[in-house]
Amino acid sequence: MPRKTYTKAMNEALDLCLKKDPSVFVIGLGVPDPKGIFGAISGLKKKYGSKRVMDMPIAENAMTGICIGAAINGMRPVLTHQRVDFSLLALDQVINNAAKWYYMFGGQQSVPLVIKMTIGMGWGQGPQHSQNLQATYAHIPGLKVVMPSTAADAKGLMISAIEDNNPVIFIDHRWLHDTFGQVPNGHHKVPIGKAKVIKKGSGFTIVSTSYMTLEIMKALPLLEKLGIEPEVIDLRTIKPLDEKTIFNSVMKTGRLLVADLGHREFGVAAEIITRVSENPKIKLKVKPQRVTSPDYPTPSSPALSANYYPRHTDIALKVVEMLRRDKKEITRLIAEEKKFNKIPSDVPDERFMGPF
Amino acid sequence: MVVSKLTSLYKKILLIRLVEEAVAERYQEREMRCPVHLSIGQEAVAAGVCEKLKKDDIVYSTHRCHAHYLAKGGDLNRMIAEIYGKETGCAKGRGGSMHLIDLEVGFGGATPIVGNSLPVSVGAAFANKLKGNKKVVVAFLGDGTTETGVFHESLNFAVLHNLSILFVCENNFFSVYTHIKERQHTRPIYKLVQSYGMEALQSDGNDVESVYKAASKAIKRIRSGKGPIFLEFLTYRHREHCGPFYDDHLSYRDQKEVKMWFKKDPVKNFENYLLNKKYLSSDEAEKIKTGISKNISKAFQFAKKSPFPKLEKEFEKLIYAS
Repeated sequence: MPRKTYTKAMNEALDLCLKKDPSVFVIGLGVPDPKGIFGAISGLKKKYGSKRVMDMPIAENAMTGICIGAAINGMRPVLTHQRVDFSLLALDQVINNAAKWYYMFGGQQSVPLVIKMTIGMGWGQGPQHSQNLQATYAHIPGLKVVMPSTAADAKGLMISAIEDNNPVIFIDHRWLHDTFGQVPNGHHKVPIGKAKVIKKGSGFTIVSTSYMTLEIMKALPLLEKLGIEPEVIDLRTIKPLDEKTIFNSVMKTGRLLVADLGHREFGVAAEIITRVSENPKIKLKVKPQRVTSPDYPTPSSPALSANYYPRHTDIALKVVEMLRRDKKEITRLIAEEKKFNKIPSDVPDERFMGPF
Repeated sequence: MVVSKLTSLYKKILLIRLVEEAVAERYQEREMRCPVHLSIGQEAVAAGVCEKLKKDDIVYSTHRCHAHYLAKGGDLNRMIAEIYGKETGCAKGRGGSMHLIDLEVGFGGATPIVGNSLPVSVGAAFANKLKGNKKVVVAFLGDGTTETGVFHESLNFAVLHNLSILFVCENNFFSVYTHIKERQHTRPIYKLVQSYGMEALQSDGNDVESVYKAASKAIKRIRSGKGPIFLEFLTYRHREHCGPFYDDHLSYRDQKEVKMWFKKDPVKNFENYLLNKKYLSSDEAEKIKTGISKNISKAFQFAKKSPFPKLEKEFEKLIYAS
């Protein structure tokens, strides 16, 4: 399987769907511009023309309504926002129309619409450019919410989202865009609503979403040195939630930690922990825990944001804590790692120069 | 105008008036358990505009949608059943009075948030353009919508892409109890729209014949690919914003204004005009009324007899399409 970036994988999915189905079109602010939505749309206008791949006025609410109107009349629009935060201007159309159209008219028309939005992070983007609002959308019946964390899933879930007959919120994280992964060729679909056990383990379950999966992968070598081998579930779809995969794992391990970049209160982690706690068949050995962003807006200053986002070290510490193990060894390992790993906390890697 | 066209318009406005009056009369039985925003007084705009549309042209509407639904040929039985919350309703009882839909006759749906259905109708016209067909979309809106942000966004896009859509604004001067002068500058709505680079006109909304003429001209032009047009019709609601009653004892409307507009009753005046000009005999008028009343009675019987929707156990199937 060829190795490709997450962005290239999204681009390939859009390319395949545009090619296969003439009712698909891509629309969004800056879609055909030189940066091509962080590269996800690059080259597609040249290939499919401005009737299929197009820019739009700065009018998120009407444009969402327009895409809904097009969707119920035979089209399959993909609407993009360069930041999740911008999508908030369109909540009337998303929540009142896209999510409800199928139900409120007795199932006569569905809304096959994908709204792709990017979560920003780091580089001082601050309170209005780096929010994680997956729980906001996942709260609404009628929407589906996907958050792929690997290149292969970015491709597979994008194709599934476009082919789904319902509105799908597709959330990609800026810090995943340049990550590489093996991406299957051709019409590779990943089912919506299916989580994936990305690492088998025992005695501990970690459920994670989006970019946090990457942080968990970084935490694993630290934990391994202590002989801790947790099972890791990449959620991939937030709504509908694949509780079966989570239950199966936690039933076996008896311990649950959820990592999600949303705020702590009323978030994705809270929902998963509730569902596990409600399940009478699951006996937990220790109270379930969550690693999330704190309950205040993202600060801009690098000094303030350094401690804002949960990182792999927080996850490793939390796991050790939940296992009631001595924290001395993990603290030493983290300190040692910090000596060698001098990457600033506000960029994914040292070479990263934007666009942010 | 040929007599058959005048008769057809008469049947349409009369149907709307009589259905709305029947809803108002029976509303107090408390079996129609959802809000109703009656179109009484505003029938001419719906009838005059929809008369010129083809079956597969699509209409979208607002909370005050009964007139538009009926004028486009929406099924009466299924409308009344919907208001009664029955499984046989046009939205299977999920939507109620404010969510009428009849796709078979091109009534694409109504939604009750001010400005909410406007971009959806623009999107329908956008789909028509992308698919390359000649269908026309009509977006009904009230004066209140012209104050929303989405109004600006939607009109800008419609002009930008030269879409085949007719915007029909029923300016009844009131948003619930608030007069338009409390909400907008005094320049007329159609003048605001002209600044978008769109053709926009204002006309009497209580004379069904002149509504029909204005709409016909506009629809012909739109269908020839010349882009969107905005028609502002001045009209007046007879009853309260929401519900079956008259509410002028609340004194929120100027009494002179109310009297003036009641004199301009679109149904009575048109009927008198047809009788005076002998386009219609009183016998014929009576026959038409009796026929419509019979259908209305049948529709209420149908609604009352119809079953309620069953309690939903597997609600996921109702929320998501397969």
